[in-house]
Amino acid sequence: MLDACGVSSPEELFAHLPEAVRLNRPLNLAPGISEYEIVQYFRDRAAECATGYASFLGAGVYNHFRPVLVDTVVSRGEFLTSYTPYQAEIAQGTLTTIFEFQTMICQLTGMDVANASMYDGSTAVPEAAMMAVRATGKGRVLVAKSVHPEYREVLATYAKNQGMPVAEFGYGAESGNLDLEDLERQMDSLTGAVIIQTPNFFGIVEQVKAAAEIAHRHGALLIVVFTEAVSLGLLEPPADADIVAGELQSFAISPSYGGPYAGIIATKEKYIRQMPGRLVGQTTDSRGNRAFCLTLSTREQHIRREKATSNICTNQALIALMATVFMTVYGKQGLRELAEQNLAKAHYLAGKWKPRFSGKFFNEFVVRAEGKSPGEINKALLKKKIVGGLPLGRFYPELADSMLLCATEMTKRADMDALAEVLA
Amino acid sequence: MIKKVTSHLSQNEALLFERSSPGKKAYQLPELDVPAVDAAVALGAENVRQEIEGFPEVSEVEAIRHFTRLSTWNYAIDYGMYPLGSCTMKYNPRINEVVARTEGLAWAHPYQPESLSQGCLEVMARLEAALAEICGMDAVTLQPAAGAHGELTGILLIRALLAKRGNPRKKILIPDSAHGTNPASAAIAGYAVESIKSSETGGVDLSALEQLVTSDVAALMVTNPNTLGVFENNIVRVAEILHKKGAMLYMDGANMNALVGIARPGDFGVDVMHLNLHKTFSTPHGGGGPGAGPVAVKKVLEPFLPTPRLKRAGKKLAFDYKRKHSIGRVKAYYGNFGVLVRALAYIQAHGGPGLRNATMDAVLNAVYIRKGLEPYYDLPYQSPNMHEVVFSDARQAKLGVRTGDIAKRLIDYGFHPYTVSFPMIVHGALMIEPTETEGKLEIDSFIDAMISIAHEIETDPQMVKNAPYNTRTSRVDEVTAARKPVLRWKPA
Repeated sequence: MLDACGVSSPEELFAHLPEAVRLNRPLNLAPGISEYEIVQYFRDRAAECATGYASFLGAGVYNHFRPVLVDTVVSRGEFLTSYTPYQAEIAQGTLTTIFEFQTMICQLTGMDVANASMYDGSTAVPEAAMMAVRATGKGRVLVAKSVHPEYREVLATYAKNQGMPVAEFGYGAESGNLDLEDLERQMDSLTGAVIIQTPNFFGIVEQVKAAAEIAHRHGALLIVVFTEAVSLGLLEPPADADIVAGELQSFAISPSYGGPYAGIIATKEKYIRQMPGRLVGQTTDSRGNRAFCLTLSTREQHIRREKATSNICTNQALIALMATVFMTVYGKQGLRELAEQNLAKAHYLAGKWKPRFSGKFFNEFVVRAEGKSPGEINKALLKKKIVGGLPLGRFYPELADSMLLCATEMTKRADMDALAEVLA
Repeated sequence: MIKKVTSHLSQNEALLFERSSPGKKAYQLPELDVPAVDAAVALGAENVRQEIEGFPEVSEVEAIRHFTRLSTWNYAIDYGMYPLGSCTMKYNPRINEVVARTEGLAWAHPYQPESLSQGCLEVMARLEAALAEICGMDAVTLQPAAGAHGELTGILLIRALLAKRGNPRKKILIPDSAHGTNPASAAIAGYAVESIKSSETGGVDLSALEQLVTSDVAALMVTNPNTLGVFENNIVRVAEILHKKGAMLYMDGANMNALVGIARPGDFGVDVMHLNLHKTFSTPHGGGGPGAGPVAVKKVLEPFLPTPRLKRAGKKLAFDYKRKHSIGRVKAYYGNFGVLVRALAYIQAHGGPGLRNATMDAVLNAVYIRKGLEPYYDLPYQSPNMHEVVFSDARQAKLGVRTGDIAKRLIDYGFHPYTVSFPMIVHGALMIEPTETEGKLEIDSFIDAMISIAHEIETDPQMVKNAPYNTRTSRVDEVTAARKPVLRWKPA
């Protein structure tokens, strides 16, 4: 090969690089190690993390069982090692699964159309906000304080340089639900988007219809966010929303210390051309057979450049496939039964430790730490090999005495009883 | 002659919704160990849905067959060469997949106590250090989820620094050869975009640059090697021109596979850059993600990096949330951790010398393809190429065959096409990147296929225009898909 290239060593291939740019020493990195040593390294790191603990953490990342078919499917090299399906003739596998994914997200959310995925829920929120601003021509955004705090932080980062002022409205101190009066008070004719989350960050099911009525009366779009996708097995779909922006981590995506997950944006038919991200559409091939391909790409950066609806390119196809397999395995009956189990576990736990808010909750709820601080309680729990709830003071100074507890189908009754014992 | 592939039967398969029938199930849940609750009472009857209309109902066997059958309709790196230019489709080592699934890492909750997350933090700290060394930069954030997300982060960092100096400025300069994400990211960061025409050799035109860099310009976003696979030999001068006017140099690291161990952006004047771990560092593309887009910066930009930042406090690692100059968060939690684990495994497997060898092999493969195909395809830019080579369809277009047609015919030969019609500065581009993954056998077979297609075009151009012939799906009608969008299944 060197002869064919007209050089006597591979180094000569770099001879045209100016001397000033060349690295004239080896990289300061250890020499390569074997497969066995790599496995051992990561096992050692894993041993430094929480293994063998019961956990009551939720707050946007949920501990659900991953059906074994999920890894079986996503480990297939044909899905794992393929590129974005631009060459439709040899990517029908990926394209078909994305079309099924888009369909199932519509069925779950009550929307007309869903995209092929976003990075995650947190980045789907600003993308949805920018979409609503484009659709309404109004730049102001009102977001509920009960939307995941880190999602609101991401929204703030994106909004800052977009000429997109963001204001927040509150939650009821008693109920933990949206403070609709505060929303009404803060609405104005410049507001293009109202953003709420259900179940909200406190686990409470929100009044989507009432929020939609207020947003629409003022000419704004309603964006409904979800972080706990399993709740959609039981909850009425947020069909009154104009845009749904959500996180699918609950659908067989391991917590993995915060990512990779998969976000979605779904919307009504009339907003399709404002959507960010990839879309798969149905068509035919030259023999007249059904086929799928990426479509409406004139919205996207590789065609529209700075005028695109978003800068997103790579998204989360393989993770979306995990969610697709998950939804297939559980199906119509299973997702409902799974949601019912979550509901039952959380309500059993709530029988041990009374929720702070009166609003109806799905699988997580806020409790007040009586006598001790949330930090002290969690410290005591750790001794019993239990990771307690998320102390809320970091995000909500007014809730510094409280923590957020979650129970899923994976939470054992015995662990909930043990938690109660520490409190007693 | 087609040697690499022979057609074989592939299974037909309906959509899940067409396969469903009521009552079929593929799941098992344990018996509930607590009392059941009435959803209508717990959630309010008005909040409980009747059913998920249209949701699939299939058995476990039907589910596995469904996805397995669909999988066989895909091409993949595991089947063979995937010469997509600027996409760096290299082999995805399976060790990466194994270690990313290690229980204590895969099941780590982002809010579990830092004292019980030291292993995760150590992985991140080690990767940050390795990437900083590879790029010649001072600090790295692992938070961005993919390349475009890294670009946005990088431009926001520049904006924050310039704003602190008194004026964020108005414009970002971008060469006309750049990826579309560059201008799109700059726009989201609130900047106007001004395009710079490439020079005759395909690089940044220094005299044009001198004229365009005014006190309104915040930065130049440059890809190096550029999308022709050509190293910007004037890069040090480019950086000087920008720095003299108080502007910054951003580097799109999409083509870093040409530089690792050979040259470091930090050493040639780059202030901020992103990496695509799903390109250079072998994490799988997965049909379009997930990726990870770490951003590496010089010291002057470090105070602005997204929160939280990893810091060492004695023997322990911890997150620092109190950073008053930070641009804020670009993503919830700390980044695509599972992708970071894979990238670190790749770096460990190769080590310093191995990474450099990979770069040399990647460049050798690309130069070898150039030599092999130069007699048959037009090479619009003659500068020495690095990890990829860009031809044009100028000769074949005279016979009515365009780059897209050649790409489709290549499918019949058992290869994934190269990148079609990009970069835009080459009319009818064929952009080929073999990566270090391919050995001589596969590359020779690719070259033979391309030569064979060149001959076919001379004798029967119409035949090539109707390709592919051997795939289960023939040429797809993308025009109708866009004109009458059908974006979800509905019952007939």
